[in-house]
Amino acid sequence: MSTAALRHEAGAFVGFLERQKNIYRRFWAWEAVWFVYSLVSVMSIGYLASGLEANGVAGSTGLRATQLYLLAGSMLWSYLSLVFMEVAYIVAWERWEGTIEYTFMAPVRRATHLLGICVFAVLYGMARTAAVVLVALLVFHVDLSHADLVAAAAVLAAATVPLIGMGILIAILPLLAPEKGEQMSTALQGLFLLVSGVYYPVTVLPLPLQAMGAVSPLTYTLSAIRDALLHRAHLGAVLPAIGLLVLMGALLIPVALWLFGLAERRAKRLGTLKRSG
Amino acid sequence: MATLTEVAIPASRRTVPAVELRGVSKCFRTRPGGPPWRRGAMVEKTALQALDMEMAVGAITGIIGVNGSGKSTLIRILATLMVPDTGTARIFGHDVVRDAGTVRRHINRVSVEAAFFKELSPWENLLYAARLYGAVDDARARAESVLRRLGLPGDAMDRPMKQLSRGQQQKVAIARSFLTSPSLLLMDEPTTGLDPHSKRDVQRLIAVLRDEREVTIVLCTHDLAEAEALCDRIVILEGGAVAADAPPAELCAGGGSLEDVFLRMTGHSIGDDTEDSS
Repeated sequence: MSTAALRHEAGAFVGFLERQKNIYRRFWAWEAVWFVYSLVSVMSIGYLASGLEANGVAGSTGLRATQLYLLAGSMLWSYLSLVFMEVAYIVAWERWEGTIEYTFMAPVRRATHLLGICVFAVLYGMARTAAVVLVALLVFHVDLSHADLVAAAAVLAAATVPLIGMGILIAILPLLAPEKGEQMSTALQGLFLLVSGVYYPVTVLPLPLQAMGAVSPLTYTLSAIRDALLHRAHLGAVLPAIGLLVLMGALLIPVALWLFGLAERRAKRLGTLKRSG
Repeated sequence: MATLTEVAIPASRRTVPAVELRGVSKCFRTRPGGPPWRRGAMVEKTALQALDMEMAVGAITGIIGVNGSGKSTLIRILATLMVPDTGTARIFGHDVVRDAGTVRRHINRVSVEAAFFKELSPWENLLYAARLYGAVDDARARAESVLRRLGLPGDAMDRPMKQLSRGQQQKVAIARSFLTSPSLLLMDEPTTGLDPHSKRDVQRLIAVLRDEREVTIVLCTHDLAEAEALCDRIVILEGGAVAADAPPAELCAGGGSLEDVFLRMTGHSIGDDTEDSS
């Protein structure tokens, strides 16, 4: 790619970030609602742990660990599901606005388009989740004395790579099925929640579900972050997980982009790019 | 990237037709709804029947036909948004399927519905388009200049699109297409639904493009007077096939208006609807 072409793609990349920023700014009230929803979800899980102690299911010593275990899962899921949905709605949102044909006929590589949306989703997801984490820490007086925050942050950063690939894969569904694609995205998100060990160790699952969890990058993300937060696993200890996540992402992103290209060509062949119902 | 004031067509491209269609056909297959075990066989609808056509650089070619005659399908194929079943479509010598990326640098489109992010302002929408086309330099000044010529109030530029009237939104859509300085402008019923004043503003701007710049325009319209006034040549599409293809004066040479000619060629009035969205 020539320097001029690279500069053009970089300009378009900025265009996608800027567009998303402007949309979020205009929809600030909705974002406030979603923030409250995330916060309420995380707090519900935190109080679930408190309830276990009140009912005598967990002793007070185990409570703090259980609470952190569940909160870590809940906060991570809050972040991951946000990024998932933002990316998954790449197609659905533009269909709804009626702009999809204009974006798809612009002289921009699809990778630039998709990565632009993904990067914004990751940045926004991190900012919103940071706010949720802050509130949760204040409310539940979470004990982070056994946590290695640097290691946890490194795992989270590495998890972004496969997360983008998974998001693009999910974004294909509305291209394949204009009428049911969005619902399928939500169902798939639910499947990841089930098999990735968000609120429980994957070992409690039946073997077929454990096998599905084994191929989900979220499983390794959650496991490594919990090790860092609960057992002070240092950076060196979580490096294998980081390596695995980066490797998964390095495979997932190109495959997802390729599959998205195939789905786009199919939609153009069948005339379903714009259709929404 | 060429600006509004520059000649948009590279010299090397002037030796080839702006648009060249060879045997382009498109058929849509749909299956009736209901559970899978109850659905019937696929229903086929032919949108385009092996079209052969050339459009000269710098000309305005009017495509007229009733709803369902294949106009929008043709526009979408030229816009790289749809793949033909058979044949080849070339824009300035570039195949719309194989060289889609190159084709996209030469084209833009104005469709019947002004497609925008409705919560964003015209300027935010235009800036987004300008970034995608690498035409950010002086974008605000150029956009304001076009919108002024179209009669859009200056304060509309920073209000959410949803607060603008349908006619104002369509003017912003036209400004968006001009902002990117396309060599080929695909206009799919750009004046449909506009009030007479706005319609005249848009038609005047198309005439300026024709007279002052070498922009090739494909204009799909239901407005036969508009087609007659603006187009160098008119193609009447009927059931996805070309029913007539000639300059307006030649079509009307036998006497009668373009509407009479249309009725004679197709057996329909232009207002008839033969269904679908093609």
